[in-house]
This record gives sequence, structure tokens and C-alpha cells, in this order.
Amino acid sequence: MQAFTRMKGVAVALMRANVDTDAIIPKQFLKSIKRSGFGVNLFDQWRYLDAGYPGQDASTRQPNPEFVLNEPRYTGAQVLITGENFGCGSSREHAVWALDDYGFRAIIAPGFADIFHNNSFKSGLLPIVLDQAIVNKLASECESSEGYQLDIDLNAQTVTTPDGDVYPFEVDSFRKHCLLNGFDDIELTLQQRFRIEEYEQARKQSAPWLFDTPV
Amino acid sequence: MAGKTLYDKVWDAHVVHQQDENTVLLYIDRHLVHEVTSPQAFEGLQLAGRKPWRTSSMLAVADHNVPTTNRAGGIEDPISRLQVDTLDANCDTFGVVEFKMNDLRQGIVHVIGPEQGATLPGMTVVCGDSHTSTHGAFGALAFGIGTSEVEHVMATQTLLQKQSRNMLISVDGQVGPGVTAKDIVLAIIGKIGTAGGNGCTLEFGGDAIRALSMEGRMSVCNMAIEAGARAGMIAVDDTTIEYLRGRPYSPTGEVWDAAVEAWRDLKSDDDAVFDEVVHLDATQIEPQVSWGTSPEMVTSVNGSVPDPASDEFANKREGIERALEYMDLQPDLPVQDIKLDRVFIGSCTNSRIEDLRAAAAVIKDRKVADNIKQAMVVPGSGLVKRQAEAEGLDTLFTNAGFEWREPGCSMCLAMNADRLEPGERCASTSNRNFEGRQGQGGRTHLVSPAMAAAAAIAGHFVDVRHF
Ligand code: SF4
Repeated sequence: MQAFTRMKGVAVALMRANVDTDAIIPKQFLKSIKRSGFGVNLFDQWRYLDAGYPGQDASTRQPNPEFVLNEPRYTGAQVLITGENFGCGSSREHAVWALDDYGFRAIIAPGFADIFHNNSFKSGLLPIVLDQAIVNKLASECESSEGYQLDIDLNAQTVTTPDGDVYPFEVDSFRKHCLLNGFDDIELTLQQRFRIEEYEQARKQSAPWLFDTPV
Repeated sequence: MAGKTLYDKVWDAHVVHQQDENTVLLYIDRHLVHEVTSPQAFEGLQLAGRKPWRTSSMLAVADHNVPTTNRAGGIEDPISRLQVDTLDANCDTFGVVEFKMNDLRQGIVHVIGPEQGATLPGMTVVCGDSHTSTHGAFGALAFGIGTSEVEHVMATQTLLQKQSRNMLISVDGQVGPGVTAKDIVLAIIGKIGTAGGNGCTLEFGGDAIRALSMEGRMSVCNMAIEAGARAGMIAVDDTTIEYLRGRPYSPTGEVWDAAVEAWRDLKSDDDAVFDEVVHLDATQIEPQVSWGTSPEMVTSVNGSVPDPASDEFANKREGIERALEYMDLQPDLPVQDIKLDRVFIGSCTNSRIEDLRAAAAVIKDRKVADNIKQAMVVPGSGLVKRQAEAEGLDTLFTNAGFEWREPGCSMCLAMNADRLEPGERCASTSNRNFEGRQGQGGRTHLVSPAMAAAAAIAGHFVDVRHF
């Protein structure tokens, strides 16, 4: 996994509640059997005026000039500021892959949908929960000052604005540890192989119906 | 000490190790797999030189990309075909049981798991699909996971998890005739909102839930995710046990008896404490229709589209305005005046035999209205389809002007050829009315199967109770 320690980058605000995974990456792009290449189709229906389909030549697309990510001042944005319940809908990790592939490293919202929140850690994309009032404040600062950058320090668990305002955020200690070090979850879990085997043996005795399945 | 909730019981039974204060290594009993969210996980496994920990826990099926017509012709779209072929190849390589496209048992993953008895009470069930919550109807702890977690489960049979909070949703009293499980769950989401269940496992209880069949309970748990919860659960009772008796994967003989004894305890203790309790009065629930682009944007079939300008929506105004613009609806328009272009009966919410029976019962010998371009019925599995045909439901549907299709996800998310054209309006028995969900620019109204069938005949929404 990609490690996350500290970053400073351009922020962009997309202040809508309930941005769902169909909006983040529409289903026609889920047909890919790869993990990469989803960035050009991030927010496809909002970002382009023409209909998107897999395998299209991106240079022929018509960007929607009204969509915030298409404004030149947000080129290279790395921090997304957004509304409540971001990432609701399907379990598709493609949503995280698309955000990551586009270049986002962190997302700030008053709340995230549960599966999306989980998924984002797996790609080293940091979801940060802050109070609605703070998120609103960051969003309006971001909109009113060009080149607005946020400094995010995972170790200190803080978001710092260009004015020097510092907002602390919570993060689960285990996840923080994995993210700071870029650990591979599977490798870590397999170090406990003996525990899983032990559990399995005991369960086979107490609940054998969970194990004998015909084909 | 207070008793345990159903969720706590299943959770506790699956803790392999407490990693730290919050994080637990949780054992997974059943892993369902489909073609969209698994290729990158299988690839990851292969790249790392790993093998699945326990292939007998896995059951795979292709459902999202499969065509619902002319199966013999194979999959036309090369990208869809590659995804399904990749699943076939991965299952062959690793020895995972898969119901291939032309297997009679093929169908939507959340229909076939229970149908086969592969979902059992007290299990932890996962799938790279958010509607895995469906399986909670059996008193299982079932939730959707992302592809990295799919790989984690394949490689280790476990997941790193944080315990969620407990929320009880009690639907008290009984619903009236013509009001179904779908209406109950839409009413719940309308009440608590799409973020209402965030961080919680929902337990659905109360008389109205107890009275539901397993099909109905699955429809309710299916949409727990739409209420923001990862999982929904319903306690085990005789209905659960009778449904499972004799299914291909269900235990038999003495093991069955032992299992049933253990399953009887899968309910929340009387003195269990929930973090939150929500009550709904079942007698007040009317057939529901969604009017917006989020499942919480729902009202009674006798209601109207809301007016965002009214005070009660002050803090939601913008969202409602956006939704009405997308849906091309005027404030205060009576729901029954909404005219439709297409009708879709299917999806993991409502494509089981009981759903098809309910839809067929509405039709009698009437015909689909002239303004409906297409009305289709997509059974949830090959076995559901066969059963429906044995009961003559297919003839009823086709005589009325419905198309009778092969099983799969179909127009629930329009990954195969079935989709709405821009601007088209559809009454759908699926679970999501997001922008573009059923096709770019398409407009979805969520309803029960009976309401969808009645809408197909009338050409607009009608109250199925007076139809
Ligand atoms: S029927 Fe719809 S919601 Fe269910 S698994 Fe298929 S695509 Fe997902």
C-alpha cells in the first residue's frame, strides 16, 4: 500500500451531500479487470458533456466547463472537500482507485459511507472527518482564494490552512499505523496464521455445518 | 450485565484476535464472488504467489454483465465478455465452485446464496458487493467489502474490522393488504435517511418484520445499505429454519439438528441494549414511490412531489432542487400523475418467486399501457425462472405485454445491454435511484413489484390497493 505521512496540496470543494459511487465512477467503467486508469473517468457524468464509455480516447471528450474540477485553478488538486455521506452506494473500490488515479490524496467531509471509508485506506487515500461547520469554512475559503492549499499531517492528525488555522482529526490507531508505514494488510494478517488455524479447528468442532459444503 | 444483541452474538463468535482496542481480526465463513469486483483480487493473489485459504467457503457466479436475452449467443460486448471469462478462468485455476452462465443455478449472487442454503444463520458472509446485507435476513452478519478486502478474505479467511453500533428498527403492528416488504424498507429509509444507519448494524424487528416471509425479509435487509448501514439483520425463527430445510448446501441429519439448536439462540436477548432504537407504526405505511435521486427521497403513492421552497426543507433545499431538476418533476405534482416509459421488475431486492407472484397477481388479464415502451421481468435466478414457469407466471406476463428474460442484474445497474435512454422514466423494483444508475440521464422511481406491475398496466403510478 502507498504510505501516507504528510502532504500539502491544492484543495477543491465539491459541496454536495451523498455523492454516490455511481457519480464517482459510473458502472460502464467497472468492466475493467485492472486497478488503474480510472482517473480520466472520475465523476464522468458531471465532468463531461458527452457520454463516456470504456476505451474512449480522452482527448476527444467535451469537458463540462461548469464542473468545478474543470476550472483551471484546480488543476493538480490533491485534496477534495465535500459533503456528508461521501461515497455512499456500492462497494466498488474503483471509486477509490479513480480518486487516487486522478491525483487526490485526501478527502475532507463531515462523514463518509462506511465501505468507501474502509476502501480508501487500502489505497492510501486518507478520509478525514471534520465537523460540518469546519468543512463549510474550508470550502468557502477554498472557493474565495485561488491557489488554496491544505497541509495534512497524519502523524500529528491535523489539517492546517494557509492562514495557519489548525484542525485536529480522529483516525483509528491501527489504520494510522498501517498507513504511516504503507503496510500490506494481508502480510500482517498472515503473520497470525496460527491464530486463524486455531480458531478454525475449534469452530469445526463446535459448528461443523459451517465447513462441510457439497459442491 | 446486559444481554447481547444478535449482532454482538455473531460478532463475538467470529473474533479470532483482538488486534487493538478497536480493531478485530474477524473470521469469515462464506465468501460470495462475482465478476465485477474480483478480477483485481485474484490478480493480487496470483502476483503475491498466494492461494485462497479455504476454497470451500467460496461460491462464485457472474451476474452483473450477463445478457438477459439469447444466452446461447454468448456475451456480445467484448469488455463484458472478458470480465466474465476472467471469472471463469480464475475459478477454474483456483478450484472455486462457480455457477457458470448457462448453469440452471446461475443468478444474482444475493438470490442464489440463500436459494442454495449457502447462507446460513450465524455465519459471517461477505461479498464484493454492497447488497450483501441481504443475507442478514437469515440472522447472518453479512456485509459488502471492497476489492482489497476481497483479496484479504481470499488469502486469510479473515478481515480486519471495527465493531459497529447497534440500532434496532422496530416496525410495530401489521401492514395493511397490498403493502409489502419493499414499502416497509422504503418507509424506514424515508424516516432515518440515507446516512441514518452510518456506523451501525441495523436489526429489523417488530411484528411486521416477524410476519414477513424470507423473501420479504431479504428485500428489507437488502436495502439496509441504502440507509447507510453496512449490515442489516433479522432474528432467526421458524420461518428461517423452514426456508433452509432441504436446500442443497444446508446441513442434513444430526448436523442439521445440532445447527437448528444453535440457530434458535440467534436473536437479541430481551435485556440487550441498543445504541439507538427507532419505531415505525406499520399500520401507517402506504405503498411507497421514490421521487428523487436518493432512496430517502420517497413518499406515499397518495402523496406529492415535495416543494423545496417550503420551510420544512430549509437545509435540504439545494439537494431537492437538484433532484427535481434531474428527475424533471414539478413541486407538488401528485405521484399518481407521473407517467412512465419503462418498467423493470427484477434485481436482488425484488426478483424472487414471491415478488414475481405478487407482480403477476396484479395483472389479471390486463395489458401493459400503450405509453410504456418496455416492461420487463428479470427473474433472480435460473431456479426462480423455472419455478415461475412451472406456475405459468411467464405466460401471464408475456400475454400482458411484459418481456420475460434470463436471470441477472440487468437494468438494476445497466452494465449489460439493458438500460434507460437519456430522459426516460422507469418504475423499478431495484434499490438505487441515483443519477444515471439505470443508464445515463435515466430517471428511476423505486417501488414494490406489485406497484411496478400496476404502473405498467396504468402507464402511471397507481395505488395498487385500489387497482
Ligand atoms: S441486482 Fe443490482 S443491486 Fe443487486 S447485485 Fe445486481 S447490480 Fe447490485
